[in-house]
Amino acid sequence: MGRYVVRRLLQMIPVFIGATLLIFLMVNVMGDPIAGLCGERQCDPATAAQLKRDFGLDKPVWQQYVTYMGNVFTGDFGTAFNGQPVTELMASAFPVTIRLTIVAILFEVIVGIALGVVTGLRRGSPVDTGVLLLTLVVISVPTFVTGLLLQLLLGVKWGWIKPSVSPDATFGELIVPGLVLASVSLAYVTRLTRTSIAENKRSDYVRTAVAKGLPRHRVVTRHLLRNSLIPVVTFIGTDIGALMGGAIVTERIFNIHGVGYQLYQGILRQNTQTVVGFVTVLVIVFLVANLLVDLLYAVLDPRIRYV
Amino acid sequence: MSDHQGTGAPEGVIAPTGMGGAMDLAASEAETLEKTPGGPLGTGPAGKPRSLWSDAWRDLRRNPVFIISALVILFLVFISLWPSAIASGSPLKCNLSKAQEGSQPGAPFGYDGQGCNVYTRTVYGARTSVTVGVLATLGVAILGSILGGFAGFFGGFWDSILSRITDVFFAIPVVLGGLVLLSVVTSNTVWPVIGFMVLLGWPQISRIARGSVITAKQNDYVQAARALGASNSRLLLRHIAPNAVAPVIVVATIALGTYISLEATLSYLGVGLKPPSVSWGIDISAASPYIRNAPHALLWPSGALAVTVLAFIMLGDAVRDALDPKLR
Repeated sequence: MGRYVVRRLLQMIPVFIGATLLIFLMVNVMGDPIAGLCGERQCDPATAAQLKRDFGLDKPVWQQYVTYMGNVFTGDFGTAFNGQPVTELMASAFPVTIRLTIVAILFEVIVGIALGVVTGLRRGSPVDTGVLLLTLVVISVPTFVTGLLLQLLLGVKWGWIKPSVSPDATFGELIVPGLVLASVSLAYVTRLTRTSIAENKRSDYVRTAVAKGLPRHRVVTRHLLRNSLIPVVTFIGTDIGALMGGAIVTERIFNIHGVGYQLYQGILRQNTQTVVGFVTVLVIVFLVANLLVDLLYAVLDPRIRYV
Repeated sequence: MSDHQGTGAPEGVIAPTGMGGAMDLAASEAETLEKTPGGPLGTGPAGKPRSLWSDAWRDLRRNPVFIISALVILFLVFISLWPSAIASGSPLKCNLSKAQEGSQPGAPFGYDGQGCNVYTRTVYGARTSVTVGVLATLGVAILGSILGGFAGFFGGFWDSILSRITDVFFAIPVVLGGLVLLSVVTSNTVWPVIGFMVLLGWPQISRIARGSVITAKQNDYVQAARALGASNSRLLLRHIAPNAVAPVIVVATIALGTYISLEATLSYLGVGLKPPSVSWGIDISAASPYIRNAPHALLWPSGALAVTVLAFIMLGDAVRDALDPKLR
C-alpha cells in the first residue's frame, strides 16, 4: 500500500509538470502579459521594458517557469498585476468554489445514485425509460443554457431564488447553481449506476444473497450497490477536478465570485500570474482526487491489493 | 503489474475528465465492444456469413431512435448547405425598430435585441455548428486513432510517453484551456476553434484506439497472420484496424455532439466565434441580457442547439447498441 502510494505520487510529477508547463506556455507565448497593464492604450516602450524587467519577463520562458515553480513551492504564487497577491485572491475564491463543488457532488451522489439504482433495478419499466430520456436531454442541453433557463424560471419568473448570488455565497444560495453545475455529471452518474446495477443484478453473488433469504434492501445496499459503485466512484472522483475548473460558466451566469470568476477575469485581462496560479492549484486538486479514487477501490473491492 | 494497469481497476471505467463526460461514458461503454472485435459470424438467411457491420446496419434500420436522429441530422446538414432554402433574407440584416418584437409573419421566432430575425439567424447558425462538429471530430478521430493505434501496436517506450501526455491533457479542464488559448486569437473563423478542439480532444480518442488495438492484436488471427510473415503495416491495416475501429466510431459520434455544445459554450463566453459570425452560442449570449423582455430570442437558438446535440448523442447511442453484440 505504502509503496503503491509512493509510486503513484512519483507518477504524478511528470503530469503535474506537463500540465502546468502547458498552461504556462499557453499564457506566456500566446499573449503579451504587459498588454493589459496600461489600460486601453499601448504601453510606451520604456515603461514596457521596465515592467518586463520587474516581472522577470525578459528572461527565457523556461527560466520563468522554473523560477515560478520554485516560488510556488515556497507558497508564493506571485502578485497579480494590480498588486494583490494571488494567494489573497485564492483565499477569497476557493472557499466559494469548494462550497459550490460540495453542493454539486452531493447532488451527484444522492440524486444520481438513487435514480440509477431505481432505474437499474427496473430496467425497461416506464420509470426507467422516462429517467433515461431525461438524462439524454440534460446531457444534450449545454450547461449555460440550463443555467440561463433555470435563472429565468426560478429567479426571474417565479422568484424562488435570487437570480445572482451574494458575495457571501452561502450554501443556501448555491443550491440552484450547484444543481446546474452538477446537471450533466448527474445524468452520467445516473446512467453509469443504472448500467452497473443492471449488469451486476444477474451475478452469482446476488443470486446467493437472495437465495439465503436476505431482505431485499440488504441485498441491494450491501451486495449489489457496493460492487456497482466502483465505476461511479471513479467518475465522481475525476469529476471533482472538472467541476472546480468547469465552474467558469456556472459562476458567470449566477455571478459567483469563485475560482471560475477569477480565472475568467484573469484570462480576459491577461493576468498571467493569476491564471497560472489558479490552474496549478486545480491540477493538484485533480491529481490528488484521482489518487484518492484509486485508494478508495480497496475499500469498495477487497479483491484489489496494492503492491 | 504493468504501468498502466497499476490502478487495479479496469481501464474502461476510469472516466477521464475532458471534453465533457459524454465521451467518457461512451468510452467506458465502448469498452465492451473491444472484447468481441470480430463480431459474431452468424449466418444470414442466404447462408452467407454476415459481418459485424451488416448485422449492425440491419439492427439500425429497425431502430426508431436511429431513424429519428438520422433524419434530424440529415435535415441539419441540408440547412447548413442551403440555408436560403427555408429562410429568406440575410441573418445580418437587422432592423432596430423591430427589436425584441414577438412572432409575426416573416419572422416566426420574433426579433432579438438588435432587431435581427431570430428564425433566419437560427437557420443560418446550423452551418457553424455542423461545420465545427464534423471537422473537429474528423481531426480528433484521425489524429487520435493514428497516435493511439501506433502506441497500442508497438507498445514500449513511446506508448508510455503517449500515455503520460494524455494524462497531462486530461488534467486541464477543457473550457479553461479554450479560454486561455482562444482569448488571444483575433481571427474570426471556425478554424481556431476547430484547431483547439483537435489539440485538446485527441487524447480521448487515442486512449480508446490504443485500448482496442491492444485487445485486437492479441487475437489468434493476428498472431496467425504474423506467423505467416505479414508485415507490420499489413497487420495494422488489414487485420487490426477493421476490428478495432468500432469503439472509435462510437465515441467519435457521441463526441461530435459535445463539440457542437463546446463551440456554443466558447462562443457564449466570448472566445469562440465572434460577431458578425452567426452561431447559436453568440445568439444565446446576446439574448441573455434581454431574458426578461424577449425570452424567445434565447429559447429558439437554445432549442436548436439542444436538439442538434441530442440527435448526435442519440445516434451514437444507437450505433453503440448495434455494434455491441452483447446486447443482442
